[in-house]
Amino acid sequence: MEIKYKNYGRSLIVYFYGELDEYSASETKNIVDRLIEDNLNSDKVVFDLSGVTFMDSTGIGLLIGRYKKVRRFNIPIYIQGASVATEKVIEIAGIYKIMPKI
Amino acid sequence: MENKNKMRLTFDSLSQNESFARSVVSCFALQLNPSISEISDIKTAVSEAVTNAIVHGYSQGLGEIILECEIDGNKLHINIIDNGIGIENVDQALEPFFTTREEDERSGMGFTIMKSFMDEVKIDSKKGLGTKVYMTKVIKTDS
Repeated sequence: MEIKYKNYGRSLIVYFYGELDEYSASETKNIVDRLIEDNLNSDKVVFDLSGVTFMDSTGIGLLIGRYKKVRRFNIPIYIQGASVATEKVIEIAGIYKIMPKI
Repeated sequence: MENKNKMRLTFDSLSQNESFARSVVSCFALQLNPSISEISDIKTAVSEAVTNAIVHGYSQGLGEIILECEIDGNKLHINIIDNGIGIENVDQALEPFFTTREEDERSGMGFTIMKSFMDEVKIDSKKGLGTKVYMTKVIKTDS
């Protein structure tokens, strides 16, 4: 999995590319956490999942984990661009209730 | 015409084999001419079962995972078998968001996804002996 990011004003956009599963989760988590820690002045974080080609429940754990982390700093997280297959996994866990779709 | 075929594969409980396992099953399933959505469902369910075997079944060390697939008419049966530690309480493991490994950011949604994405899921687990996950997907698109 590859992670890229951009800052638009005070928004941090994190782009996920590739397969998000048990094999890739640990490294992905560390990279995203470091990005968030380096951008704590952001007023929102957007996870762009349009490049995700596969995601299972390990991805749900990763998303919920980031939500819990960022919540401490009062920064909302949004999700955009999930494919039909990724969205099916996201919706079964109710992720959009805590990280709204934009 | 009778449509029957089967395959069996054994691989190490390494997380890099998750992608391998779901790709193999989706390739095998192609002969049933499934829709993209059905292939996605199958890949996700296989990934969940294999992840469980690696993360939970073989949490105490490397082991072997057996993957069996059988085509019977328009049904694809998938068995994922480990000889790991087994599940202490299967009913509890089936509950959405239940996990024994919350500190690892496990979502506890693996079995929920398997049950939602497949037509049948059966779990046979014995503590200390391992876990067998039997899943069936009925391919609805005509070949």
